[in-house]
Amino acid sequence: MTDLTILEERFQAKIDAELKIEPKDWMPEKYRKNLIRQISQHAHSEVVGMLPEGNWITRAPSLRRKAILLAKVQDEAGHGLYLYSAAETLGTSREQTIDDLLSGKAKYSSIFNYPTLTWADIGAVGWLVDGAAIMNQVMLCRTSYGPYARAMVRICKEESFHQRQGYEIMAVLANGTPEQKEMAQDALNRWWWPSLMMFGPTDANSPHSAESMKWKIKRQSNDELRQIFIDRTVQQAEVIGLSVPDPALKWNEATQHYDWGTIDWSEFNNVVAGNGPCNKERMVARNKAHDEGAWVREAALAYAAKKLKRKAA
Amino acid sequence: MSNNPNNWPLWEIFIQSKRGLEHKHVGSLHAADPQMAIENARDVYTRRQEGQSIWVVPAGAISSSQPEDAAMLFDPADDKTYRHPTFYTMPEGAKYI
Repeated sequence: MTDLTILEERFQAKIDAELKIEPKDWMPEKYRKNLIRQISQHAHSEVVGMLPEGNWITRAPSLRRKAILLAKVQDEAGHGLYLYSAAETLGTSREQTIDDLLSGKAKYSSIFNYPTLTWADIGAVGWLVDGAAIMNQVMLCRTSYGPYARAMVRICKEESFHQRQGYEIMAVLANGTPEQKEMAQDALNRWWWPSLMMFGPTDANSPHSAESMKWKIKRQSNDELRQIFIDRTVQQAEVIGLSVPDPALKWNEATQHYDWGTIDWSEFNNVVAGNGPCNKERMVARNKAHDEGAWVREAALAYAAKKLKRKAA
Repeated sequence: MSNNPNNWPLWEIFIQSKRGLEHKHVGSLHAADPQMAIENARDVYTRRQEGQSIWVVPAGAISSSQPEDAAMLFDPADDKTYRHPTFYTMPEGAKYI
């Protein structure tokens, strides 16, 4: 046996024994690379995710809703930061990670390439988009890499209000005037399928899945999580009198799950490829914020250097 | 890690959640100086009353043991069960011991 095989076997034995992997532990290069890709994508999603919601902060219908939305968007910034820190423990620099987002080399969740057209979209994003994200994040609290798992625990504690405030917005609209109810239904119609796509390709077509499961980076498959999300969300839609836009949706007594229609994967692939309604707008916004913040980053460093010099003098 | 001097350095953050408890490591962040690290830590790690005191330490100032030294460092404690109170047999009927 080569040294590498021995190291790999020891590594897998730790994973199998449910021991967390910590930054200084030996790990296969591919495990490291997979994690860097996944954690930084996740971080970018939190950061880009602030844009569609930030769009409504100034137009929130009440002070209560505005304070809530501000707190939620601030949380997303925080979640991005927890995750960037976790990625950094794997030996990447923050600068490189951010550059990869800004150059378009790194991906973020495609869901944020859809526009938030009405106030009801803020309800739908919280309820469906955060709801789908939570399914994934709860699973990731048990992921095998320690710093990632710890970041996820913190995120999950904060995320549950995000989904609840969104569902509350939808419930209020659905019980409001006919126009308000229609607005809520329209938002559900537009966000339903993209939310299901958030779980990623079907298990049969998911390129990174088998390895991620073996290494316990992921612990449940895309299709499993998607099904749980559908079962829960359809019930929640019924409670507030909205209907899920899937004619094939039907409760299956035998499986105790909903049967449902087919995702339009060509739409998914198209948005991933950069042709969604807001891909360009999002990248322009992130690059603009980064460029226009350059003087702040420089000034802060210059001020820190000046203070240090004064202290030494 | 990038050593580009134009980047804000990395700080490790420790939060004390309540008086009387220890400061506990919660994560890290970038900031230009210690004051900014404290202010950013307030925003990043204490949005829900998680803390009442913050320590920030330059990440480079922390030295740590290596995983491969774990056996050398920690195994010697394995066979010293007499360091625990449950190791001892107490006479039947003795109280408050």
